[in-house]
Amino acid sequence: MLDILLERFNYIPILILMMTGLYVVFATGNLVKRMVGLSLFQTSVGLFYINMAKVFGGQPPILPEGHAAPAGDHAAAAAGHVAEAALYSNPLPHVLILTAIVVGVATLAVGLALVVRIREAYGVLEDDALKAADYSDETGAAG
Amino acid sequence: MDILAHLLPAAIAAHAPVLLVVIPLILAPIAALMPNGRLAWGVALLAAIVAAVLALVLLGEVSSAGVVSYHLGGWAPPLGIEYRVDALNVPILVLVGLIGLLCAIYALPSVADEIEPSKQPMFYSAFLICFTGLLGVTITGDAFNVFVFMEVSSLSTYALVGMGGGKDRRALTASYNYLILGTIGATFFVIGVGFLYMATGTLNMADIARVLAENGHTRVTEAAFAFIVVGLGLKAAMFPLHVWLPNAYTFAPSFFSAFLASTATKVAFYVLIRFLFSVFHPEVSFVAIAFTWIFAVLGTVGMIVASAQAIFQMDPRRVLAYSSIAQVGYMMLGLGMGTKAGLSAGLLHLMNHAMMKGVLFMALGAFALKFGVRSVAGLAGLGRTMPVTASAFTVGGMSLVGVPLTVGFTSKWYLIIAALEKGWWWAVAALIFSSLLALVYVGRMLMAIWMEEPPTHHGKVVAETMAPWTMTVPLLILAFANVYFFFDSAPLVNLAQAAAEAMMGGR
Repeated sequence: MLDILLERFNYIPILILMMTGLYVVFATGNLVKRMVGLSLFQTSVGLFYINMAKVFGGQPPILPEGHAAPAGDHAAAAAGHVAEAALYSNPLPHVLILTAIVVGVATLAVGLALVVRIREAYGVLEDDALKAADYSDETGAAG
Repeated sequence: MDILAHLLPAAIAAHAPVLLVVIPLILAPIAALMPNGRLAWGVALLAAIVAAVLALVLLGEVSSAGVVSYHLGGWAPPLGIEYRVDALNVPILVLVGLIGLLCAIYALPSVADEIEPSKQPMFYSAFLICFTGLLGVTITGDAFNVFVFMEVSSLSTYALVGMGGGKDRRALTASYNYLILGTIGATFFVIGVGFLYMATGTLNMADIARVLAENGHTRVTEAAFAFIVVGLGLKAAMFPLHVWLPNAYTFAPSFFSAFLASTATKVAFYVLIRFLFSVFHPEVSFVAIAFTWIFAVLGTVGMIVASAQAIFQMDPRRVLAYSSIAQVGYMMLGLGMGTKAGLSAGLLHLMNHAMMKGVLFMALGAFALKFGVRSVAGLAGLGRTMPVTASAFTVGGMSLVGVPLTVGFTSKWYLIIAALEKGWWWAVAALIFSSLLALVYVGRMLMAIWMEEPPTHHGKVVAETMAPWTMTVPLLILAFANVYFFFDSAPLVNLAQAAAEAMMGGR
């Protein structure tokens, strides 16, 4: 059991961050704090992707200097190069998470813009106060 | 079908899959730059027409060629991103394209009424981005691409729902809550895709399926499955993950409610089907367990509970919103049967439900435009003041209940047959009970419309009136479709069965 945990030690902080973020979203009544939690949650997913890209003992996936393949002999040079530095970390998740970061930033921006508008319309940022205001809207409309 | 495939010159048709997504995307900023709402509407309409035509061309191509695979930038899958159109997603593409077109026609007077003039170009621009996102989710064959397009559509959806805030400030909180839950759903989905990538090393959905079939399942893929189902369940408003939906539908601008109700959850549901049947295999033990114990059970509970909740709502749009959750329950039930008949019945209901909810929300939008109707009591007497719109609303309502002569009956019929084949008597009972509840909540609205006295103004009955033709025409087309596809149910049934066939093979 302990072995399993130790082997995957890098995932534990990520999990803690992820769950902290999710917990903040549900536990707080403040709309801005909720956005903070949401951001934390999304960012920790970024960490998760970066972590899984790492190969133990792997090099960064960058062509070392002097390995630029001469034109015409491309395939052979590439094959030789791969044999030499076969162990490299996977670069794809980094690229994916760049996209996810952009999505996260956009979500944060839209969310905060909504918070600003809510504050203008209601004058409060607490969930309970908003619910009370909505409730009086509803009963006011019905009566 | 052959005519459809040759609608466009071959050079354009070859790139139809990518043009379908790119053209609305490019037209979105152009719409935003337009000086007034009317011109921006023209741009949006153009994008919707192009998308609808391209979707129909793809329908023609798929029905003759089987699968259309488009390699973005010439990079072959699984390394490159693939746009893949097959029997399962082509009906959804056509649905989104055509509903998008009808909604775009419908939008002009409704948006002019509800949105500030200075914001209208932006509004249409956001609509086009949402449209792009939904088409992209449907067409792409790449799991991560699904996430990106899903967020493209969702982010613009939050903004559009929030635009209802000009009329009613509750739209803002509705949009905010939708944003929180929608983002959690999307993030869960991304975690699931991450686990799948860990297990398979590929992101192309067909390739993931191949690797999973070869390597078998581990705890990692089980975790991926759980995250993906919960994430997509949130997006598709599967009971009990539906709490964002009623307010979002109720307070969004009328035009956008109609579009959202008939496309957004449908597309999320399609992705769910894609993952359950195509990426994961329906015969893998944990998937089979999820079918019976999650989808069928929660679907059944959802269709009864949400229908019951719909009965007690004051706002007609909220009645319809709860009814939407119940209809997702029907689809979940069909899917949960795990049989070909069940899946095709679920898909048929998905298409039919888009038509019914389109009519109903559009009619409510027309009522809101003319009389500012925001409550069931406010519907009183509209049968006499707006007879055309009220008749279309009635057809949609009948279809929602599942009265014969409407498509609602066809899909419920197929669902019941599929349930009987499976021997699920309780599901049939629940279906009928839920339809009776639907009769109550639809009946409540129809009673108000047809039986009660029309509104009076200074002691005189309000004169008979009609919504502008741009609203009435799409409304009537959809209402007609609701009846037409009962008498000629073969095209839709064939599409649904072909999709189920493609997903389940000979089984």
